[in-house]
Formats: sequence, C-alpha cells, structure tokens
Amino acid sequence: MTDAQPRFLRPLKAPAENPGRTLSFGPEQPLVLDSGKRLSPIIIAYMTYGRLNAARSNAILVCHALSGDQFAASTHPVTGKPGWWDYAVGPGKAIDTDRFFVICANVIGGCMGTTGPASIDPETGQTFGLGFPLVTIRDMVRAQLMLIDALGIEQLLSVIGGSMGGMQALQWAASYPERVYSAMPIATAARHSAQNIAFHEVGRQAIMADPNWRGGDYALSGIHPSKGLAVARMAAHITYLSEAALQRKFGRQLHDRNALSFGFDADFQIESYLRHQGMTFVDRFDANSYLYITRAMDYFDLAADYGGVLAEAFRGSNTRFCIVSFTSDWLFPTIENKRIAHALNAAGANVSFVEIESDRGHDAFLLDEPELFGTMTGFLGAAAAARNIR
Amino acid sequence: MNIVVPAPAKSALRPDLAAIADMIPQGAKVLDIGCGDGQLLEHLVHTREVDGCGLELSQQNVNQCVARGLSVVHGDADTDLGEYPSGIFDTVILSQTIQATRQPRVVLHELLRIGRHVIVSFPNFGHWRVRLGLLVSGRMPVTRTLGHSWDDTPNIHLCTIADFLSLVNGAGGRIERAVALTGNGRSRRIAANGWGANLLAESAIFLLTER
Repeated sequence: MTDAQPRFLRPLKAPAENPGRTLSFGPEQPLVLDSGKRLSPIIIAYMTYGRLNAARSNAILVCHALSGDQFAASTHPVTGKPGWWDYAVGPGKAIDTDRFFVICANVIGGCMGTTGPASIDPETGQTFGLGFPLVTIRDMVRAQLMLIDALGIEQLLSVIGGSMGGMQALQWAASYPERVYSAMPIATAARHSAQNIAFHEVGRQAIMADPNWRGGDYALSGIHPSKGLAVARMAAHITYLSEAALQRKFGRQLHDRNALSFGFDADFQIESYLRHQGMTFVDRFDANSYLYITRAMDYFDLAADYGGVLAEAFRGSNTRFCIVSFTSDWLFPTIENKRIAHALNAAGANVSFVEIESDRGHDAFLLDEPELFGTMTGFLGAAAAARNIR
Repeated sequence: MNIVVPAPAKSALRPDLAAIADMIPQGAKVLDIGCGDGQLLEHLVHTREVDGCGLELSQQNVNQCVARGLSVVHGDADTDLGEYPSGIFDTVILSQTIQATRQPRVVLHELLRIGRHVIVSFPNFGHWRVRLGLLVSGRMPVTRTLGHSWDDTPNIHLCTIADFLSLVNGAGGRIERAVALTGNGRSRRIAANGWGANLLAESAIFLLTER
C-alpha cells in the first residue's frame, strides 16, 4: 500500500458530516446497556424511504451489517456511491418503497451519526475512544426500539437484515415479539462461531497494532489508524467472498503488468482489489467503531439468554419468519441459518427457510440475486396482505 | 371404518388433493409434509383460510413456495418431524409421501404426535392391476400411479391398503374417514373392511387421530 501512503496520513474526518435524519434522547431517556452501564444522552442517525400509511402499519426496519450504515437506499454522503442495499430497497423493488415505509438506523456504537466511540463523552468533553461502553446486539436493538417508539410505530410489518442485521432481526423477534409482525434474518446466525470470532480478532489486532491507534485515543492526534483498519477490512473482505468467486473474478491475473515484478507490489489483481477495498473503507469508517461493533457480534449468542435453548427465545411467538442462506456463504453457512429454522419449528412459529444457490459467498445478500428478491417479494407480499396493506 | 365417497372436485385441484382439502376445517393450523410446489397449501390458504406451513425436501420447490407467499421450510419427513412440539397442528398432511420415507412406522407415530388430525394418502399396491401385472409378467409392476421402474423409484416402502390399516392399528391411530380413489377420479362403494378397496382403489386417503 505504499502508493496510498499520503491518504493514510490524512487527518480523521469528523464522522458523519451529513448523517441524514437524527433523533436525540436526553438524560430522561438513557440507554441502559447489557453491561449495566447507562448511555446518555444519545443520538440516533437514520434514514427513511417511502411514506408511513395512516394506520402506521407499513413500516419495515432494515438493519445494517458490520460495515453498513443508515444509507441503505440513498447516495452515501462520504463515498457518493449508491446505498448499500440499492438492489433490494426502492420504488418497485423487493422492499418496495412505493408500498412500504422503510427505516434504516445507524447502530449504537456506529460512526455515521449515531452515538459511538467517536462521539464526545459529555463527562470529559473529549472523544469517547475506549471510554465508550461495550455494546451488544441487544443494545443496538434497544436503541432502535427508542427510535421506533419516537416515530409512533406500534408494530413493524417486518424487520429485515443480513449478517449482523440478521442478528438484530432475531433479537427484535425474541425481545419484542409483539412489535414485530414478520422478520427476515438473512445469511446470519443465532450465535457467532469460534471461526467468526477468530476473524474479528485478527481485524481488531490489526487496528491495535497500528501505532496511530494510540490505545484508542487517536482523535487527539487527528491521525486515524488507517493502515490497521484497512488491513482489518482486507482480511474481513476475504471472508465475505468465496473461493469460487475469487477464482472466477481474479484467478491469477496480473494487475496492470505483463510479468511478475519480483517484488511486493500488487502483482495480482486480487491484491490490488483488496488494497482498494481497504483504502476506500477507511474514508468512511472509524477504527474504534470497528472494534466495538465486531465485539458486539462476537458476544451475540441468543440461546444463552434463554437457558441455552434457542427455541425458548421464540416460544409463543406470533411473528412470521423467513430465514435465508446462500450455498457458498462459509462465514454464516446454511447450517447456522437452518439451526434457526429448526428452533423456530420447535417453538411452533410460522417459518420459511430458503437456501439460495450462489457462488458469491456471504456478500451475496448485498448483490443482485433475483431469487433473494423473489423470496422477499413473496414473503413481504403475504405479510402485507395479512395486514391489509395495499 | 367409515368409507366416504368424495364429492366431485370443485376446482382445478388434482382429485386426490381436492379430497384432502375437503377433510380440513376452516382456519385450521396445518402442516403439509412434502408440499411440493405448494398447490394444495395455496388452495387451503385461499379457500379455507388455514394457517398453513409446508415441509419440503426439494430446495427448488421450497424457494418457489416462499416466492408465492407460502410458509415452507426445507426438510425431510424422516429426520425433521422430531423438532415439532406435540399437538401443535390441527391437521398434518402427508400426501403421496409415506411410501418414500425410510421409516414409515416412525413417521406415522410422529404425525400422530404433532397433529390432532393426520391425513395420509398413498398409492395402493394392492390394486388389481399391480397384482395382475406381477402375476402375468413376473416383473415389478409399473402402472399409472406407480410410474417408476424398480431400480429408480423413490418409493422404497410401498404398501397396500390392508398393510396401512395394520400399520395404523399398531401405531395407536384411529381412522375417522377413508376415501378410496380410482385412477380416473371415480370412486366406488366399498365394503367397510377395506378388502374391496384394497383390490379396486389406485390410491387411498385416510383421516386419522390418535386413539
């Protein structure tokens, strides 16, 4: 990454100069966390698409993944790229904004406007850094509930998300079943596996090994630990793809050259691609947020909160579920998703389980996968019909 | 055994599926095991307003069902029924599938456990064409309802109506209704002991409960 050196020395941008909509919750509404700590005041940054109907019955909460944000279906203010779920969310699309009111909020601990480690700690007047309390998936969902309450929505037609977003959808259904008419957890798991924790630990160590990280206090220096974060992103990005997709897309093709350089430049296209992924990520993501959010995923084990029996998390639930996995996803493989479907059956819940054939790995849920959209359309259509939403 | 002559099918539904639909009360909670492309389930949801779920072995069929708005999971009757709680469904349907399961006796036990009512339909291996075919040709019969040759059939546990009656008896089931179908959709009056049906029915549908 030598060619990109100046980029990494650039001062840290203020997070989320343009966070979309925001809601603030004052001292009278603290967020009580799983750790026992209280977070207050908090800001939740979110975007909405479509219009809430008069009955307030057509709201769908879209939950973003580790590196996502509230810009699911609109141009990203930092990168200028289309929303991360532009394929799925929009007018006439599977999550049809002509029909549904779609809400997407930046998670607590995030860095696109919602309170997180890059926010100012009111007690010190300084950036939180590692002074920010650890948050969990359930804490993220608690914060989302505050937003949904503030928007005056009694029941969400659906909570939908992939990966970490799927964990939130599961947590919503378990914690607030009466608030969730249907849930669509995609390419996810009810607990983070040892392998997934291991990959996250590699990413965190890369960040912490960057001298610019300074024990999390890099805000004082104004220099972001971009190298560490970029390496974390590169390693993680490999886990989002599949061997077959990498081979198909890159193989051993050389990058901008006809022969090997006999050095450590990016000879191969895959190297250049990963470096690009790392470099662009640091423009829009905070290193400490990456630590906190990966930790939240590692801590996720829904069954543990219900005596180790996952089915107990959904006992008596009237929520309709649709679980989706992809054949080549080895980060959140079909078996983990199926485990959720089995638990829902055991709880007597209304459940569908769809496995989609794709060689694009975990990232398939973010891509143009017509079978995913067909599944969404059918599932949401049935839910909407049952709730008399036209 | 109370033999019922089925009413003529009112819709485009296959005659055996229409006969099954007639056994399901309005608004029931239903599990259709081996629901295929969801034809019966969709019919039940729309005409009887059932709370319906499906279990299907073919992932392709599952995906099609869900895209049509049905609740269907990918699964196997032989291995996946154990996870359902007892008595969770009003009616459990196993249509033209029991003969393809590895352990029909275990499957029937599970059906009676998870459903207050159980509907089982299957091709009748006691039909006179099957018997005659084996007698005359000396080879495994291939008929209209049993279209596979012996070496590529999914039907590994074919049975006759008489065999099924004995299975139900052994599994502690009670027969509430029984419908015998001929291949062309017609039905005949059959003696209550099932002997005539065993000879003349190409397939049979039973509505069972736990004794």
